[in-house]
Amino acid sequence: MKYIDEFRDPDLARALLGRIERRSRQPVRLMEFCGGHTHAILRYGLRTLLPDHVDLRSGPGCPVCVTANADLDRAIALAHVPGLILTTFGDMIRVPGSAHTLQDAKAAGADVRMVYSTLDALKVARVNPDRQVVFLGVGFETTAPTVAAAIAQAEAQGLENFSVLSLHKLTPPATRAILDAGEVQLQGIIGPGHVTTIIGADAWQFLPQDYGVPLAVAGFEPLDILRAVADLVDMIEEGRPGISNSYARSVSPEGNPTALSIMDQVFEVVPAEWRGLGTVPGSGLAIRPEYARFDAGRRFEVDPGPTREHRGCRCGDVLRGTVTPPQCPLFGKACTPARPIGPCMVSAEGACAAFYQFGRDPL
Amino acid sequence: MCLAVPARVETITGLQAEVEVGGVRRAVSVVLTPEVRPGDYVYVHTGYAISIVDEAEAAESLRLWAELAESYTTEELFPHMAPSSER
Ligand code: SF4
Repeated sequence: MKYIDEFRDPDLARALLGRIERRSRQPVRLMEFCGGHTHAILRYGLRTLLPDHVDLRSGPGCPVCVTANADLDRAIALAHVPGLILTTFGDMIRVPGSAHTLQDAKAAGADVRMVYSTLDALKVARVNPDRQVVFLGVGFETTAPTVAAAIAQAEAQGLENFSVLSLHKLTPPATRAILDAGEVQLQGIIGPGHVTTIIGADAWQFLPQDYGVPLAVAGFEPLDILRAVADLVDMIEEGRPGISNSYARSVSPEGNPTALSIMDQVFEVVPAEWRGLGTVPGSGLAIRPEYARFDAGRRFEVDPGPTREHRGCRCGDVLRGTVTPPQCPLFGKACTPARPIGPCMVSAEGACAAFYQFGRDPL
Repeated sequence: MCLAVPARVETITGLQAEVEVGGVRRAVSVVLTPEVRPGDYVYVHTGYAISIVDEAEAAESLRLWAELAESYTTEELFPHMAPSSER
């Protein structure tokens, strides 16, 4: 397929690997922010192809994984509101909250429906005018504009039975939080390609400026990722941290202005709680008071009960990059994709699921 | 969840477009990329086009990488595989 196959060319991949091998002298630890990158890196075996002293760590870029148990519990409690239809992306259905999943709620009689798009959620609201339809808004800057667009559309069409529980999160503040914590020493960051399609490569300038850490925006094909690693290695070796963009076919310096403006029209920036990172200032998106009637958090009062964490699960540490999944004692034993204990083993973007699926990478 | 795939825009009606991806036609919203034209490629995320593929940039990336590959000999690219290498 166009724009996919040519970015998987094995000869070019070998050439890029050779370049990295040649240029890279000092040991480096790079973080791929995005779970989609973790998945691609393991799928194409890039960890084993790269020189040993180039260490890749996965980061917090899995929206399902970083959703705090308290928020999952709220969503599950919402599903139990009589007559309510909860619509959600498939990834969320099997994620365990303190005690249950949305799948459990469904088995217990709640009306939980999987959708591929907020457009489908709007359709559910249109064909069920006498029922309340809630969309579970989980996702980063890539997804938030599509949810904002759906809310704007609901308003334009007078669709009064549609609302959103917004658990959206912003990626630059989380990256800052990880660097500020200083638990893992990172020499460079592989930037999330589709988030940056929206926010623009310039939104990452604070990394080289404030932290002296380079960032390379990458697409999701092996050549994109290798090119990003090659750029990072060059910038590190030359001592010149900056921003590189190997995904210029989708990412511009300023991002997608239409998407940014609709996001800003509907959402305001608030603090948010992340699994593994705690409360991060300025890292969440709440629905603005002007759109309060589309805010499921305001519309429905629910009591999710006390929050509990998953015993022994190190998903939070995995998301901060302080451990790799195989270092979790439950990995592949008590915790498998068939019987996941933490969200990092459930989501397709979860690092634990990716490590499990594509071989137990050597530590 | 941040998955997006490239698709070719066939027709546009208002804020909706028909796209083709891997031989399958689907309807997507172009509300986030209002400047899109038929024949463009777009990245589609959860039913919305989120960017229009910059064809010149795509070609330029591939050209640069090919150039980079050609400017090294095999020994330079894979020093560990060269028998006489000192590494
Ligand atoms: S392997 Fe399972 S229990 Fe361990 S960190 Fe990952 S999700 Fe949690």
